[in-house]
Amino acid sequence: MGNGSIALIDYSAGNLQSVRNALKTAGAENVVVTARAEDVLAADRIVLPGVGAFAHCMGALSALPGMVEALNEATGTKARPFLGICVGMQLMAEAGEEHGVTPGLSWIKGRVRALRPAGPATKIPHMGWNDVLPTAPHPLIETGEAYFLHSFAFEGADVLANTDHAGPVVAAIGVGNRIGVQFHPEKSQKYGLAFLERFLEWTP
Amino acid sequence: MTVRVRVIPCLDVADGRVVKGVNFVDLRDAGDPVEIAKAYDAAGADELCFLDITATHEARGTLLDIVSRTAEVCFMPLTVGGGVRTVEDARALLLAGADKVGVNSAAVVRPALVADIAERMGSQCVVASVDARQVAPGKWEVFTHGGRKPTDVDAVAHALNLARLGAGELLVTSMDRDGTQDGYDLDLIRTIADQVTIPVIASGGVGRLDHLVAGVCEGHASAVLAASIFHFGTFSVADAHAALGKAGFPVRNHAQDG
Repeated sequence: MGNGSIALIDYSAGNLQSVRNALKTAGAENVVVTARAEDVLAADRIVLPGVGAFAHCMGALSALPGMVEALNEATGTKARPFLGICVGMQLMAEAGEEHGVTPGLSWIKGRVRALRPAGPATKIPHMGWNDVLPTAPHPLIETGEAYFLHSFAFEGADVLANTDHAGPVVAAIGVGNRIGVQFHPEKSQKYGLAFLERFLEWTP
Repeated sequence: MTVRVRVIPCLDVADGRVVKGVNFVDLRDAGDPVEIAKAYDAAGADELCFLDITATHEARGTLLDIVSRTAEVCFMPLTVGGGVRTVEDARALLLAGADKVGVNSAAVVRPALVADIAERMGSQCVVASVDARQVAPGKWEVFTHGGRKPTDVDAVAHALNLARLGAGELLVTSMDRDGTQDGYDLDLIRTIADQVTIPVIASGGVGRLDHLVAGVCEGHASAVLAASIFHFGTFSVADAHAALGKAGFPVRNHAQDG
């Protein structure tokens, strides 16, 4: 039986190959790279990657017929485990403020705003390995070092972990069967693969 | 702590083979980029950089194959540069599994290439490379063709322009120092790093661990790139992290990574 099928959503906004390779290495038996709503509804677990800008990603996701509704149903009434990565996490928010204000999936109260450099020494994008510091107990989130690469960050409720870039920056959010991480588990060597292993075994 | 100083080994690749090979670890094939990438992944490199120095049209398929096979076994960020002339070149590398693409000569001729890639694929995937030689005190010029060809383009102004156009980071290489093992051109690195808000990777000339430290301390770089000191086994990535850590900079914890 194993960990079932995983729908890895292809909306032309993610580093799909890297995420797929990492999921397989972490033990995923059946990764379905898909842009179809019915595959998402049929999957046992769902992963939403994402790189680029919030507005572009939300636009691309919404452009897939029935996809947003399928995500709401699969992770709402069906309560399937969901993982959002980087912009895939940010889309869980109510809105993003990159290139104007764009509504998100609105699963978690909060907004995605530009990181503000505290001074010339604080470089944006926040790029590189940094701490994952849990702020609330969660079976998936462990203290460690992961790879971050972003210029915008979530501000709001249901924070599971922070990192530090001239002040606290949200590293993970989640409620129930939905979790999102700002860092890239697929690029975080052993820490990242162990995180994905926990996601594959997660029964929220 | 805060974001760690990144230590980035760089491999020169020609026609699918690593140019000088490596000898820091026993590999079945010391010239195979995929084998070497795996070894650096295991050694805890923060990122890895492939620089395709052939970059002929014919070699393109070979490079994409290498990138794709590397991405299957390495779970760290991979930058691939060399021969990126169009948005399509960049897209092909990203689809193959690169996380970032290095843009160099083509952006000297047409800086807007950086904006084109950033707009389509995001700033986070654009590493804008500047290869420079000092031409007067406090003045550097962009050189192409491995440092042989002057361009009459001011290196600092060019770097600032690429940052403004949407590069996610700058890779600044001193072609005066490249291959000398005399250390980075710290004035060049610092002059650029102090004027941009994006991270700067110092490159060119590393021969000792204190050169890496100086790149951050005096060059104000966010990341340090080196080739031969790692490939020849003179120092390990862990040695580099330890030297930077001892100097007071945030680095990754090798104990945790095991």
